[in-house]
Amino acid sequence: MIVEIGHYALVLALALALVQGVLPLAGALRGDAALMAISRPAAVTQFVLIGLSFLALTYAHVVSDFSLVNVFENSHSAKPLIYKISGVWGNHEGSMLLWVLILALFGALVAVFSRSMPDDLRAIVLSVQSWIAAAFLLFVLFTSNPFARLAMPPMEGRDLNPLLQDPGLAIHPPLLYVGYVGFSITFSFAAAALISGRIDAAWARYVRPWTLVSWIFLTLGIAMGSYWAYYTLGWGGFWFWDPVENASLMPWLAGTALLHSAAVMEKRDALKIWTIFLAILAFSLSLLGTFLVRSGVLTSVHAFATDPQRGIFILAILITFIGGSLALFAFRASSLKPGGIFAPVSREGALVLNNLLLTTSCATVFVGTLYPLALEAMTGEKISVGAPFFNLTFGPLFVPIVLAMPIGQMLAWKRGDLLGAAQRVVLAVLIGAVGALALYALQGGPVVAPVLCGLALYLIIGSFVEIAGRIAGRRVPISVMAARALGLPRSAWGTAFAHAGIGLTLFGLAATSWGVERILIAHVGDDIRIGPYEVRVERVEPRMGSNYREWVAHTRVRSGGVDVATIDPSRRSFSTREMVRTEAGIVTLGFGQIYMNIADQRDDGSLDIRLYWKPYVALIWLGALVMAFGGLLSLSDRRLRIGVAKRAGARAQVARNVQPAE
Amino acid sequence: MVWVAFALMTGAVVLAVLWPLGRARAVKTRDPDVAFYRSQVEEIGRDASIGLLTPTDAEAAKAEAARRLMLVSGDAKATGVQSHVAVRIAAVLSLIAIPAVALTVYIRVGSPEFADQPLTKRVAERAPPLNVEDALARIESHLAANPDDGRGWEVVAPVYMRMGKFEQGAHAFAEANRVLGATPQRLNAQAEALVYAANDTVTPQARSLFEEVLTTRQDDPTARFYLALAREQAGDRQGAIDDFTRLAADSPPDAPWQEPVRRRIVALGGTPPAVKEAPAGVPTGEAAEALRAMPSGDQQAAIRGMVDGLAARLAQDGRDPEGWLRLVRAYSVLKEPELARTAVQNARKALAEDQAATRRVDDLARELGLEG
Repeated sequence: MIVEIGHYALVLALALALVQGVLPLAGALRGDAALMAISRPAAVTQFVLIGLSFLALTYAHVVSDFSLVNVFENSHSAKPLIYKISGVWGNHEGSMLLWVLILALFGALVAVFSRSMPDDLRAIVLSVQSWIAAAFLLFVLFTSNPFARLAMPPMEGRDLNPLLQDPGLAIHPPLLYVGYVGFSITFSFAAAALISGRIDAAWARYVRPWTLVSWIFLTLGIAMGSYWAYYTLGWGGFWFWDPVENASLMPWLAGTALLHSAAVMEKRDALKIWTIFLAILAFSLSLLGTFLVRSGVLTSVHAFATDPQRGIFILAILITFIGGSLALFAFRASSLKPGGIFAPVSREGALVLNNLLLTTSCATVFVGTLYPLALEAMTGEKISVGAPFFNLTFGPLFVPIVLAMPIGQMLAWKRGDLLGAAQRVVLAVLIGAVGALALYALQGGPVVAPVLCGLALYLIIGSFVEIAGRIAGRRVPISVMAARALGLPRSAWGTAFAHAGIGLTLFGLAATSWGVERILIAHVGDDIRIGPYEVRVERVEPRMGSNYREWVAHTRVRSGGVDVATIDPSRRSFSTREMVRTEAGIVTLGFGQIYMNIADQRDDGSLDIRLYWKPYVALIWLGALVMAFGGLLSLSDRRLRIGVAKRAGARAQVARNVQPAE
Repeated sequence: MVWVAFALMTGAVVLAVLWPLGRARAVKTRDPDVAFYRSQVEEIGRDASIGLLTPTDAEAAKAEAARRLMLVSGDAKATGVQSHVAVRIAAVLSLIAIPAVALTVYIRVGSPEFADQPLTKRVAERAPPLNVEDALARIESHLAANPDDGRGWEVVAPVYMRMGKFEQGAHAFAEANRVLGATPQRLNAQAEALVYAANDTVTPQARSLFEEVLTTRQDDPTARFYLALAREQAGDRQGAIDDFTRLAADSPPDAPWQEPVRRRIVALGGTPPAVKEAPAGVPTGEAAEALRAMPSGDQQAAIRGMVDGLAARLAQDGRDPEGWLRLVRAYSVLKEPELARTAVQNARKALAEDQAATRRVDDLARELGLEG
């Protein structure tokens, strides 16, 4: 009964979404408070219903109810509990259910945490969000129903793909989806702004925390996904410019631009068109990503053509929402009132440049991702656009962004002083240059590596120069500096950390050129040199897992004759799907990592080994964590705190009473 | 029952819509946008004080914000005008639309007739057995309750044997003998099961059973064959040759066991007795001599046959440390180091769970110089 209750809850959520899509909107347009009042409880109820449905599916997976097609195809009774749970979203139907769950979650969050918003704006936002929810609920129920049943349930399931039986699956998709789907709410805000005509600075403030939340999660989701690929796929790569990865990178680029653009709109009432456009773009790219990943078009254009139902459904959703919002956009464009005026060289100007560069780089990724698909559909020719294309197009676009980032931070609003800003980053430039030279002397290698590392150092230092300038000064006591540091808006700290995070990631990426790779055959007890370390396989032995057997090579990592770590690379065989998966042995030493993989043992007891030394590689993901931390700092800025308007107003009152002495 | 739950859920959802509809009052707080622009003017002051804005720009920005503030306060819409007609229409609409949509869709996609089917529950109440394992499980539980059902034991014993569960097979034959009384056939079967369970070793228990068979049926070839084998395994080579030779001589020439018996004799280095109806023109003495002339090849072949049989059995069910040790030793005796090494590796894999056994295999491999 639990399963069918979950199923019915999902259907009920659809019915409610339809009502919620119409009544509050009508209320907002007619100025009727009663109709608008429906939106908040309805949004929360919708989340509860979809949540119930998700729990029911999880229950079915946990108790191995193979009367559900979804459970039969993706689960196995012997699977460990954590993978029974994460297996819920490790397949198409379940992941789409997670998709609508997060969609409803954002609706509910807006309903609960936006008391300071005008009622009509909130009502429209929630109505638009409900349309999206209704569209995807229809998609789930009619093309990808996770609750479809089997009349003759088998006794055992087909198990989850072993590659997915990993803690990574438990974390990566939920993070990524919160980011991905989070842009639905900024889209709803944009649509609501266009419908209600409230396209102003206040709107930008209401939307900003939601953009930030999505951006933080998307950043973490992408980083987590890349680390997962890195340690599971077994050859130490972490980014393959694969369409699935690009599908998450594109909304990230658009979302990053949106974040900056919305800041300008909030502060200066400028860049309205940009901001609304980026809000629409970010979600459109999320939808496109969903289409690419979920329609099967990536596996083969022809496979898609033979069973196009799902793909066409998502395509229809895509066209309706993008087309509809762009039509609204065109309709409202003439009525957009010009906002704050600014000179080309100013914080605003710098952010326009940022928008341009980010959207252009987004466009290159877009082309690189879709061109092969279009070509295959037209001519049947299969090509793959890989790293060389993206390195040549995406790279050159990102270098000016990095160069301009610290300078942009120095520029004042309205009218900036480019020369002054340039002078203030001299220190960062110097440190970058010295760092590059030092690294070249130390590590050698292709010139591009130290140059990019120098650029990264420049960015890391440059991110904090502006803050340092405001805090530090000659003969300023430490206590005063600390007080100043605390007094700075958290969003300023957030900016600095997020930018520095990009620098860290860039450093890690650049340093990959210094990596060492060895593919060799070795015996137990052989000493193998890799980079600055020696590695020795101590013994090889079998081990039993709950649903697999594995051969483990216990391996010691030494440096100059001293033990520094042990790693246990292994090779797992999963009997149900008759698949073998390698489990890399990884140890982080400093910021670098030793990465080791084994293949089958040969008859003479020797092992095929892949061994890597990757200096500074951990910085790639550490940088993403720092970026997300910056986002969190910015989110905690008091302007964005919940119920901000009233409290901020009260504080302003106090401030006014205190200040007249000035 | 399910429909009651559905009705309650639908009711709750409709209520969640109707409740705010009925409760909303036409109270309008001040537009939050006004508060926002007030705070923005404050912020511009703060930005100017820390040098993010020049004083003149700050003044201009303040003027802009103030202008926007006025705009917002000016066009504050007269919200909250409640039209009771509209509310009533909305209420009726949601009252009808929500159940209607939910039911229509659910009837198309739902399966209300299906109950939850957790695996544990299904295993517990699975009705008709679908395969041998299920049947066996049911018979086992029946026999556990009625251990004196001799027919049951007799039926289940061959099933165990086919499944390779020799120990259970031996036990089942023993129970059948206990309940139904011993017959030579069942005693043989029980003893044979014991031999299989011990990996072709004729254990003392098996030997006494075969001897019991011979007390009622003196010339039983099965019992005689295994007793001869027991002698061989006990190291009494000549005794074994004699026993086998006698068995071969006593048996009709077309008996199916002639062939294996003769192979054993040759393997032990003896001479099989002349076939009674020798093909015309071939003197029996010469044939025997020919065999003796090239015994090593035949001997090898016979041994190979045994070893291959052992290897095949271990490949099917590898949970037998003794068997593996014997196989490795046999290959090494046959001067087949490659095969021996493969056997060591297979043994390690098959015995992965049993650390003590793996260690014994490793020890043997080292002893025979098969490492590396």
